[in-house]
Amino acid sequence: MGLDPVLLSRIQFAFTASFHILFPSVTIGLSVWLFILEAMSLATGKAVYRRLFGLWLKVFTLLFALGVVSGLVMAFQFGTNWSELSARGGAVMGPLLGYEALSAFAIEATFLGIVLYGRSRVSPHMYLLACGMVMLGTIVSSFWIMCNNSWMQVPTGYAIVNGRIIPGDWKAIVLGPVFLMRWVHMLLATFLTTSMVLTGAGAWYLLRGSHLEEGRTMLKFGLTVSVVLAVLQLLSGDLSGKHMQRHQPLKLAAMEARWNPEQPGIQVWMAWPDVKNRRNLFAITTPYVGSWLATGDWNAPMQGLSDFPQNDWPPILIPFFSFRLMVGLGLVMLGLSALGLILAKLKRLENARWYLWLAILASPAGFAAVILGWFVSEVGRQPWAVYGLIRTAGAVTPSVTGATVLATLICYAIVYTLLLVFGCVYGYGILNRGPVDPGSTTAVKE
Amino acid sequence: MDMSWLVIFWTLVIALSVMIYVLLDGFDLGVGILSGLTRDDGMRDEMIGAIQPFWDGNEVWLVIAGACLFSAFPLVYSIVLPAFYLPVAVMLIALMFRGVAFEFRHRGAVWDVGLFLGSLIAAFAQGALIGRLAQGLPVDGGRFAGGAFTWLTPFAVFCGLGLSIGYMLLGAAWLVMKTEGPTRDWAYARLGRIMAAAMLILTGAAVYILAEHPRVLERWRSDWWLAVLPLIIILASGGLFSSLRRRRDNPPFLMAVIVFAVSFLALVGSFWPYVIPFTLTLSDAAAPEQSLIFLFYGAGMVLFPLVLFYTAWVYRVLRGKISAA
Repeated sequence: MGLDPVLLSRIQFAFTASFHILFPSVTIGLSVWLFILEAMSLATGKAVYRRLFGLWLKVFTLLFALGVVSGLVMAFQFGTNWSELSARGGAVMGPLLGYEALSAFAIEATFLGIVLYGRSRVSPHMYLLACGMVMLGTIVSSFWIMCNNSWMQVPTGYAIVNGRIIPGDWKAIVLGPVFLMRWVHMLLATFLTTSMVLTGAGAWYLLRGSHLEEGRTMLKFGLTVSVVLAVLQLLSGDLSGKHMQRHQPLKLAAMEARWNPEQPGIQVWMAWPDVKNRRNLFAITTPYVGSWLATGDWNAPMQGLSDFPQNDWPPILIPFFSFRLMVGLGLVMLGLSALGLILAKLKRLENARWYLWLAILASPAGFAAVILGWFVSEVGRQPWAVYGLIRTAGAVTPSVTGATVLATLICYAIVYTLLLVFGCVYGYGILNRGPVDPGSTTAVKE
Repeated sequence: MDMSWLVIFWTLVIALSVMIYVLLDGFDLGVGILSGLTRDDGMRDEMIGAIQPFWDGNEVWLVIAGACLFSAFPLVYSIVLPAFYLPVAVMLIALMFRGVAFEFRHRGAVWDVGLFLGSLIAAFAQGALIGRLAQGLPVDGGRFAGGAFTWLTPFAVFCGLGLSIGYMLLGAAWLVMKTEGPTRDWAYARLGRIMAAAMLILTGAAVYILAEHPRVLERWRSDWWLAVLPLIIILASGGLFSSLRRRRDNPPFLMAVIVFAVSFLALVGSFWPYVIPFTLTLSDAAAPEQSLIFLFYGAGMVLFPLVLFYTAWVYRVLRGKISAA
């Protein structure tokens, strides 16, 4: 068997996309954090906010640059590896992704310039506005990405002319039935990722006994916000599930490893899906809950995989386990943050070194949950690139060979590893040096 | 041939984006190549310092050009990128590697080599792409119908080397404009020779294209006013040599920019309205009207001008010599 260009292109896209999403996962949240810091500094005049602002601005700049660089490859992959998708779906996807790139650079880059170099040149309120615009830019950017992806999940508002998908109703395309919930879910995920990172950074400073004021501020903010966000995220996840039941029942059946139609739906909490024999081994289940979670009705009928032709099934194992791991991580983040708040209430947080260590260990949890969530979403959409319209196998560039994809995949892996090492070394260096007095330094970039 | 105003508008936007990218990333890639040709570490630091504040902003234009192309001309994207799968991937890897090298170069000389090679490889890949595209591509049923190495022709290699030298021209002129002392002298000493080489390559490429494509030759015969373009190039190169003799720091860069911009116009003029020579026209490749109009009001009228003004503003703020840190 030769090298399969479809499988290798999928691996290449999954690899570059997973790597790329690490950066937006935290830069969107950090842009909000920077805005809050600047507003707090303006409102209270406390120096700690200004010092934290300087510190996280450096981190933001680094991660933003890495996000741009890793996104560069993604933009070109639509042409190099998925040319059939571009040719047939480009009339819809092109404008959505074009808006993403242009709004990202027009808004973020313009106002980031003011944020980085303009502190002494504009009024404090103008500066806050610039911070707000950077925040808006990152959020608008995510808006378009989620539009495009949601359209690929549940395409609406199109017509097909000579095999090409032609946009008919842009409002229906942009604001598709699953878009809003998925966008909110993604935004909450990036905020939660960021607040976990802030909690971890605060815990680190407290453990080291340095920058105590900054550490306490971050820890308190991170814990409070994480608890709120984790609860909201569970609710938004629940709503996303209900949307999925309505618009993507096959994906839901795969994610829950529900092999046959059921009424009422059984909730499988954990199992080993035996794909060959279409059954679940070692399953831990509860009756009725499956229907209730997906519809709100304890007795609603649920579709199973056998309701659909098998050549339309997505892979089962990846969505099934990714989903459970993602929810598990969400619960861990919720529990851990709630525990931290209780310790803080008892005035024992700062001396609980075990807890501070736990907070540092848990700080990457949000990144992992984001990637797992995207695994559920993207693997669950298979075998389609644009659901029901373009199969993934038919989306790949016809002329590309497995060997060329493999060769470039290896090169991307090497360069991305290099980028990751660079990002970690620099990010660690920035946080390790810690905040500096805003009076003592004006240069933001080295 | 009828062409809707929307197609013309987006053609202009993309042509402008590509030209801005080539000019801006051109000078910083060129300086990157030149930085590998000196053994003097202090001089190299000064060269890199002259592009440090600019290079990442310049690369944004690659994304802008790519995004606009995908949005407005998805068929170009889906035919040209597969045809240049390897050069595009190698270019992206070189650009990313170069970005890391910028930040790591104080950690060891190996990163300086990386910066030089990254710049050279990216420049070569872009030149090869343009050259091979001008030869025309095998297209069947709206799909690229060649292999992984169809792009590799003698003319593509010639243009790859040619664009590398062209970028060195922009780079050397940039150094003359932005630096002082020995670095400027170094750049002055090489600028004339690089310019002469660039003109030879440009002439060679023009002769090849005219010989290869009778339709292009026919166009230049019938539309005699196109002769204005080579005339401007000759005048600009005369201006460059004269300001070299008088050691005026700013004009050479402007002259190099004119040479580049007008050569680009001549290329577009030779093949208009084809985007892949004699198989795919701009109108054929364009996204449907509904897509172009949806893009027009937001992206075309607001966002694109904003990026344009921002770029101009940054260059205005950072004008003048880069003071030695």
